[in-house]
Amino acid sequence: MSTVTDSKFTGTPRKVTPHITQNEALSFEKSSPGKKAYKLPPLDVPEVDPAALLGEAAREDLGTLPELSEIEIIRHFTRLSTWNYAIDLGMYPLGSCTMKYNPRVNEFVSRIEGIAEAHPYQPESLSQGALQVMETLQNCLIEITGMDAITLQPAAGAHGEFTGMLLIRAWHESKGNARKHVIVPDSAHGTNPATAAVCGYEVINLKSNADGGIDVEALAQLVNEDTAALMLTNPSTIGVFENQVHKIADILHARGALLYMDGANMNALVGKTRPGDFGADVMHLNLHKTFSTPHGGGGPGSGPVACKKILEPFLPTPVVARNAECQLYLEFNRPHSVGRVRMFYGNYGMFVRALAYILANGPDGLRQTTEDAVLNANYLRAKLEDLYDLPYKTPSMHEVVFSDKRQTKNGVKTGDLAKRLIDYGFHPYTTSFPLIVPGALMIEPTESESREELDLFIDTMRQIAREADENPELILNAPHSTRISRLDETTAARKPILRWKSPTAE
Amino acid sequence: MRYLPKSPADREAMLREIGAASIDDLFAVIPEEFRLTGDLDIPRQMAESEIVDHFKAAAAQNANGYTSFLGAGAYRHYRPVLIDTIVQRGEFLTSYTPYQAEITQGTLQAIFEFQTMICELTGMDIANASMYDGSTGAAEAVMMAIRVTGRDNVLVARSVHPEYREVMHTYAQHQGHDAAEVDYIREGHNAGRIDLAALEAAVTGQTACILIQSPNFFGTVEDVAAIAEIAHKNGALLIVSIAEAVSLGAIRPPVEADIVSLEAQSFGVALSYGGPYCGVLAAKEKYLRQMPGRLVGETKDKHGRRGFVLTLSTREQHIRREKATSNICTNQALVALMATVYMTIYGKQGIREVALQNLAKADYAAKSLSHSGKLLFVNTPRFHEFVLQTDESPAQLNQRLLDQKIIGGLDLQKWYPELGNATLWCATELTTREQIDRAAKVIAAAPALAVG
Repeated sequence: MSTVTDSKFTGTPRKVTPHITQNEALSFEKSSPGKKAYKLPPLDVPEVDPAALLGEAAREDLGTLPELSEIEIIRHFTRLSTWNYAIDLGMYPLGSCTMKYNPRVNEFVSRIEGIAEAHPYQPESLSQGALQVMETLQNCLIEITGMDAITLQPAAGAHGEFTGMLLIRAWHESKGNARKHVIVPDSAHGTNPATAAVCGYEVINLKSNADGGIDVEALAQLVNEDTAALMLTNPSTIGVFENQVHKIADILHARGALLYMDGANMNALVGKTRPGDFGADVMHLNLHKTFSTPHGGGGPGSGPVACKKILEPFLPTPVVARNAECQLYLEFNRPHSVGRVRMFYGNYGMFVRALAYILANGPDGLRQTTEDAVLNANYLRAKLEDLYDLPYKTPSMHEVVFSDKRQTKNGVKTGDLAKRLIDYGFHPYTTSFPLIVPGALMIEPTESESREELDLFIDTMRQIAREADENPELILNAPHSTRISRLDETTAARKPILRWKSPTAE
Repeated sequence: MRYLPKSPADREAMLREIGAASIDDLFAVIPEEFRLTGDLDIPRQMAESEIVDHFKAAAAQNANGYTSFLGAGAYRHYRPVLIDTIVQRGEFLTSYTPYQAEITQGTLQAIFEFQTMICELTGMDIANASMYDGSTGAAEAVMMAIRVTGRDNVLVARSVHPEYREVMHTYAQHQGHDAAEVDYIREGHNAGRIDLAALEAAVTGQTACILIQSPNFFGTVEDVAAIAEIAHKNGALLIVSIAEAVSLGAIRPPVEADIVSLEAQSFGVALSYGGPYCGVLAAKEKYLRQMPGRLVGETKDKHGRRGFVLTLSTREQHIRREKATSNICTNQALVALMATVYMTIYGKQGIREVALQNLAKADYAAKSLSHSGKLLFVNTPRFHEFVLQTDESPAQLNQRLLDQKIIGGLDLQKWYPELGNATLWCATELTTREQIDRAAKVIAAAPALAVG
């Protein structure tokens, strides 16, 4: 086992001390026949013979599944959990991911029986509370975005993009021409071009200007009667507010095209400005970014789509509505709808959590949250820009993007610097994105970091910059303190092993 | 604001360090005309106790204390306490997609175990790390089959969950794909299953795939082998959607399929008014490169120790952009973890025992209710759902049940008007004999129209 020794550090890491973690095999390797972690109540109806009921469809053997006792299972997963870094352990500055605190009252309220046990097909008369949560959240999100209408159905951000682009397509079709292409800036998330493609559009790449923003002149040249929309992330992926956004919207609108806004970076805007006011026609929100629902190791997300009045008729079915008696119901009769994008009504449990977050904040809390997120990013920028290359000097909003230009002189790249952060007890920033910044270090602290935690991070980044000069080998071999280090990703992709197989079975 | 870890003095000091006079300086880049000057019109900041009260009040307006016979793609099963204990550990709850393998081995190993168990249960070679849910999973499976075969016609059984079909149509409509539906057999042998003769007639050399569900929306088990033969004879892929994961404990896995799209909600995931649930795609190994979504693979670190990483990302949007296999990014990792814990708790014996209890309860419920109506599709094997045809309209029938605090079967009128007064019923291991007997009694007490 490698341990953190003084020789591995130029200074002393203030945030971490190495400690023992448990080894843990795969559940299959620990299994032995006959162990159980369950007990079913006695069957109170006559037993059935599966062979008689199912005939050839009956199953005899379930294959290789673990057989373990309850104590072994809780230890198994608890041990695995200790191998993860988490927001609950410290700063998690993955740019573009908005790793903010996930309040526990959100988890509590989502598990209240009448909510957690609600069946999606139970009668509307017995779902008034569930629908009211959706309606309240919708109203809050419409107000926050400055839009006119919303659907909560999309299950994640990319799914929201898909939904939003379908609305745009349906609107164009209603005018007799779906149009041919969608313009996507080269700084965009990969989901943007992928989404435009699945909606049947050709993707036209828009090169960023010298400031990393939208080249308004170039855009004006590109937009024509074949343009369906521009997909704009604002603030952009370099954390910069597009202050020409209204002009951009005007250019699009003048030629009958629409402005799609990727709301991934909405954490920089809530309570300070509204996309609906500055010209966006449709946008998605990531409840798992801006509105504190947990990322959970990669989901579940939730990607509501808010839009202007002109797009409302096309929203997915059903929508929440009120009848003449003021009772809430699900409206399915929407002849212009793009259809369903998901069964039932979306990731409902995330609606509950997001609403709990909004209620905990109120208008003043949400505004303060945005201000703190932007304050934190600018503080990091001010404290690090003397040691790390800042390719775009434009003012930062909620995140700051450096490049590894100075460190590469010693052969140290952004991915290596990131690995070294792990030794100091931080989750790395986002590496190598956005693509317009070669060797990017994309840092988003969020509002959830105290000044003390930020200072620890700054110290660490400064220390690592020194190490890159004085002892690059140390960084190139990092991390030194983890259970395992530098996994062989090439072999993993070349000879994929995607499941466990019993050694005796081969 | 209690989630924010800064004192007013901290903010002042940080602004000074930045060289900003006030926080407004940092927002000066936003053109003045678009800056908000007042408060957002949303509810005021609440105390934690008020938030809990707010949601308790909402919950009280939902069905509470009702017996339910609803299924239809969302199933009520027992969820062992361990599941929430484990997924509420901050290390799982508050971590993200495991991009940095060294500090996300917990999530990665759990997904690797998930992928393995899904392969074992479905009889497929490979499985991904999860999809949003069963409906979008089925749609993505169809897109995958289109890429694999280079064909663009799709055949979908009408016995597939109607909402899955709607989602599939939404996905397919703008990519020039033609999706046609194949009807099911109404009476006699194989009733409730896809009409094989109609399928034979519909399939062509341009058919990319046949999408079926088994057990299907009526609860009936399809003849997967026979459908696979028709698909493969014509060079098309067979996609089997499974909405009820617990069925895999009693029903032979669809090994003849090329792609299986599973909804794993039944494995320990709360109903939660329809989500979040957990889709997953499993497939034959040869289709690996066209699989959408995240995949976790085993590898070794620089010291030769076993570890796990996200792999084959060259299929994905963050690398391939507009040429990616799908635009999916975030999946349902935490829900997949719930399913992983569930499968580990019940394991090889338990999932089978649970499935057999479901089979027994549904058999008892079907027999009990059949005294007051006509049970459809009786000669075809089914899992834990069945269709009951009554003289009384579903609305009337269900109202009488609701009066007794029972939520009856799902009215099928909207999607299958040809079945008349038909309702879809579900019984699981949580449904008690007493509940079934009580429902049967209420139904039998139909006014004037009473049957038998």
